[in-house]
Amino acid sequence: MGKKPEQTDILQGTLDMLILQILAPGAAHGHTIAYAIERLSEEVLLVEHGSLYPALHRLEDRGWIASFWGTSENNRKARYYRLTPSGRKHLSVEMSRWERVVRAINQVLRPAEE
Amino acid sequence: MSWRRFLKRRWWDDERAREIAAYLETETADNIARGMPPAEAAAAARRKFGNPGLVREKIYRMNTIGWLESTWQDLRYGMRTLRLSPGFAAVAIVSLALGIGANTAIFQLLDAVRLRSLPVQNPQELAEMKIVGGNQGMGLNQQYGELTRPLWELIRDKQQAFSGTFAWSANQRYIGRGSQMRHFNQLLVSGGFFRVLGVQPFRGRLLGPQDEGACPASAAVASYAYWQSELGGRDLSSGIKLFADNSLVEIVGITPPEFFGVAVGDSFDLALPFCQPKDALRRDIFEVSVMGRLKPGWTIERASAAMAVLSPGIFEATVPPGRDPRTDLMYKHFRLAAYPASTGVSGARETYDKSLWLLLAITGLVLLIACANLANLMLARASARGREIAVRLALGASRGRLLRQLLAESGLLAGIGCGLGIALSQTLCRLLLWSVLPEGQTVELRIVTDWRVLLYASAAAVLSCVIFGALPALRASSSSPATAMKAGGRGMTASLERFSLQRLMVVAQISVSLVLLVAALLFVRSFRNLMTFDPGMRESGIVTGFLGFWQSNLPPQRWLEFKRELLDEIRATPGVLNAATTSNAPLLGSSWEHGVRVGALEGNAKFTWVSPGYFDTMGIPVVRGRSFNDNDTPASTRVAIVNQTFVRRFLGAADPIGQTLRGMQEGDYPTTLYEIVGVIPDTQYNDLRGKTPPMTFEPASQLGPAPWTGLMIHSNAPPAAIGATIKRRLAARHPDVIVELSDFQKDVRDELMPERLMAMLSGFFGVLAALLAMVGLYGVISFLVARRRNEIGIRLALGAERGQVVAMVMREAARLLAIGVVTGAALSLLAGRGAGSLLFGLRPYDPLTLVTAALLLALIAAVASFLPARRASKLDPMVALRDE
Repeated sequence: MGKKPEQTDILQGTLDMLILQILAPGAAHGHTIAYAIERLSEEVLLVEHGSLYPALHRLEDRGWIASFWGTSENNRKARYYRLTPSGRKHLSVEMSRWERVVRAINQVLRPAEE
Repeated sequence: MSWRRFLKRRWWDDERAREIAAYLETETADNIARGMPPAEAAAAARRKFGNPGLVREKIYRMNTIGWLESTWQDLRYGMRTLRLSPGFAAVAIVSLALGIGANTAIFQLLDAVRLRSLPVQNPQELAEMKIVGGNQGMGLNQQYGELTRPLWELIRDKQQAFSGTFAWSANQRYIGRGSQMRHFNQLLVSGGFFRVLGVQPFRGRLLGPQDEGACPASAAVASYAYWQSELGGRDLSSGIKLFADNSLVEIVGITPPEFFGVAVGDSFDLALPFCQPKDALRRDIFEVSVMGRLKPGWTIERASAAMAVLSPGIFEATVPPGRDPRTDLMYKHFRLAAYPASTGVSGARETYDKSLWLLLAITGLVLLIACANLANLMLARASARGREIAVRLALGASRGRLLRQLLAESGLLAGIGCGLGIALSQTLCRLLLWSVLPEGQTVELRIVTDWRVLLYASAAAVLSCVIFGALPALRASSSSPATAMKAGGRGMTASLERFSLQRLMVVAQISVSLVLLVAALLFVRSFRNLMTFDPGMRESGIVTGFLGFWQSNLPPQRWLEFKRELLDEIRATPGVLNAATTSNAPLLGSSWEHGVRVGALEGNAKFTWVSPGYFDTMGIPVVRGRSFNDNDTPASTRVAIVNQTFVRRFLGAADPIGQTLRGMQEGDYPTTLYEIVGVIPDTQYNDLRGKTPPMTFEPASQLGPAPWTGLMIHSNAPPAAIGATIKRRLAARHPDVIVELSDFQKDVRDELMPERLMAMLSGFFGVLAALLAMVGLYGVISFLVARRRNEIGIRLALGAERGQVVAMVMREAARLLAIGVVTGAALSLLAGRGAGSLLFGLRPYDPLTLVTAALLLALIAAVASFLPARRASKLDPMVALRDE
C-alpha cells in the first residue's frame, strides 16, 4: 500500500507539534507528556490521555521521535520518547509555518491594530 | 515501509499494551499519592486514560494493511466453516479437482501437440517454405515432404529473406546387418539444420555443411533417447560405428534430451546429413521440408512476397521430366510462400486437432455441470446459514464484507481443487495416452505443466468459483435481516426465488448432460460402425508383411524368381492357407496412383501390383472375367483387373472385359496399355473411412524388378504365432532377407486411434455428466421435499393417497426434465455441426441417438426423483405436523 499524503486536521497537526515541542528539551514518557499537554492546552487537545498514544505511534513511525524503555523517577518501567534530528528539523519547519499562519490570521481578524 | 510495519504489527501491539499498562500504573500510583483509596485510584486512572482497547485497536489499524488482514480473516473463517462440514468440503474439492484435472489434462495434450513452441532458440523467427495450395499430387510424396531436393538447393542459394535456411526429411530406414537388421527413425538434414535452429550438442559435435558430401554419408548424430537406450550411453571418444542402410557411419555427437527434431509427436533415432547420389537428384520426389530463420526486421508477409518473386525462376529451372505439357505448365506456375513454423510441423496435429478441441469443450461442460452441483450445495448451505447471515447483517456487517466472506469460502474450495487438479492432470494425461495408444506404439510428446497450462487451470478455477460461489453468495447477502430472522429455521416463508435458481441450475445440468450423452452415443456408435464395417475383404486371420532383400547379391533378373520362391516357402508353412504379394497393403494408408485414360475419359486410378493368389487370400471374389495366373508374365500382354467404381466412372454400361486402359506417362513410368481381364466388387482402398476410389490391380510380375515386396498371408492359426513361425523359418534359410510381419486386423484397428480416443473419452465424460446431473436432481428434489414437509403432512392427514404424493413430487421432476431435454436437444443440434466430420456412418442429427440419450436421462431422472418422492410419501403426518 502506498503512503497517502495524510490530511492532518488542524487539531491533530497541533497535537503533533505540541508533542515535539514538549520533547525538545529532553526525553519524557507518555504519562509526563500527557500531563504536559493537558497543562499547556487546558484540556482542549487531550480529553482522554489514551488518545495521545496513537499520535506518539504515528510520530515514531515517521521517524520524528524515537523510543526506548527506561526507568521513571519513581522507579517504574516506562517507555521514553526523544526527539530525533529529523524531528527537530520538522519542529522548526512546523513552528515557522505555524507563525506565518497565525500572523496571516491576525492580519485578517485585527487589521487595525497592526 | 508499510510491509515492515505490517509484519511487525503484533510486536508493536504488545509494546503498546505494556506502555498503556505502565501509564495506568503510574497514574494509579499518583492518585494514591494524592490520597485516593486504591480501588478508586485505579478506576480514576482508567477514566483519565479512556478505553485502552480502542487505543490499541487504533494503533493496530495504523500498522495493518486492511484488505490483506480481512482477506486472511475471511480465509481462516472459511477454513473453519469447511472443517465443520468435512463431507461437503470433500465432495466439493474432489469434484473440482477431477473437473479441473480432466480439463487441464486435455489442455496439456493440446498444448503439447499444438500450442507449444519448439525447444530451440527464438522459435518465433522460424518459417517454413511451401507451395501455395500444395503440389496437386505431383510425383512421389513423403510425409512432411513439401519440396524436392533440387528446389531446396535453388531456394538455399537464391533467397534473401532468411538469415539461414535448412531442409530436412524423416523416414524409417534400417540399421545393422543381415537378420540383425531393424528399423530406425532417420532424420536427414541439410548442413544448416542444427546451426540455424540453434541446437547445442549434448556430447561431441552436431552435423554441419562439411558433412554434406557424396553418398553414402559417413557421420551421424544420435538423439539422446537413442544414445541412452540403444547405444548404452557409451562414450563417443571410443568411436561408435553403425551400419545404417548398409553403409558404415560414425556417431559424432548427441543432441540434447529435449530436442526431438521439428516434427511434434515424432522422434528421431539418428540424424544423417544430406548426400549427393551418383545420379542427379530426382526432381519429382517431394521429400523435404524447407525452413528458415527470418532476418531481423523481416515479417512472414515480407518473406512470402520475396519468395513469390523468386518462384518463377526456381520452378522454371526444376521441371520434373517426362510429364505432359499441362502438368509442366501447372508446375511452372507454382508459387512459394513462407508460413510460421514456431510450433514446428506435426502429423499428430492434423489428426488430433479437432478431436482435442472437442474434448476440451466436453471436459469444460463436465466441469460446468460439477459447478452447478456445487452451486446448489452452496445455495442449500446459504439457506441453512440464513440465520447466521441475518444476525451478521443486523449487527452491522456490510453486504460487501459479507459477500467477500462467502466468496472466500468458495475461493478456498476452488483454490484447493485447482491445486489438486493440476497435480492430477499429469497423471490423467499419461493415463489417457496409455489407454488409447495401441500396444507398442509411442507418441513422443513432452507433457509439461508450463505457464500456459497453469494459466488455463487457474482460469478454470476462477471461473468455476464465480459460477458456484458468486451467485449463492450474492443471493445470501442480499436477504433482508428482518425476514431472515423471522423465518429462520422454519423455511415456510423463504422466498420462492431462491428456489427457481436451484431449478434453473438443474435444468441447465440436464440440458448440458443431454448434449454430452448425445456426443458420447454418436462417437461410440461411430466407432462401432467402423469396427464392424465390412471393408469388402478378409481382415481376420491375415498377416501382413514386408520382404526386402537388397542386401543379397542376387542380380535383378533373378529377383522375380526369388520372390516366387520366398512366397512358396511361406505357403508351405503349416497353418498357412494362402499367401500373395502386393505392392501395397490395403487399409493401412499407403497409396499408389496414376493418371489413366479409357477411351475419351481421363482421370486418376489407384494401382496395386499383386501376385496371382491375392484375391483368394483376401477373400475378394472376381465377379467378371478372370483372376491373375502364372501365365501373366513380364513378356505377356499387360493386363488389369478393375473395381466396379472404375467401371462406373470410365466404362458406364459397356462390357469392361477386353477394354483397354491407358496408364499415362509419368516420370519413370512410360505410357502403358493394359487390357482389362476381370472385375472385382468395390472394397475400401487405403482407409476404412474413405469413399472407394477407382481401383486397378496389375500382376506383380509385370512391375519392373524391385528387391522388395509387400505380403498378405491367410492362415487358420493366430496371426502372432504364424508370423513368428514364418519369420523363424525364413531367417534360418535366408539371413539376408528382411522380414517384417504383423497382425493385419490389429494394424487396421490401430489406424482407428482418433475414433477410439473420441469414443472412449466422450463415453466416459457422458456417463460422468449423467451421474452428476443425477446427483444434482436428487439434491434439489430432496430439498424441495424437505421444504414441503408440512404441506405434504397436511395433504396426507387430509387423506391424500401415498401414490398421489409420489406423483406430485415426480411431476415436479418431470417438468424440470422436460425443459432440460428440450433445451438440451436444441443445443445438441447446434453442437452437432462441430462433430460432423469426425463421425462415420452417422449424421450428427441422428434422431435415434437423440431419443436414446433423452430416454437414458429420463431413466436417470426417474431414479433420482423417485427416492425422495417415496421418502415424502412415507412421511408420518403426525410427526410432520407436530414439528409445526
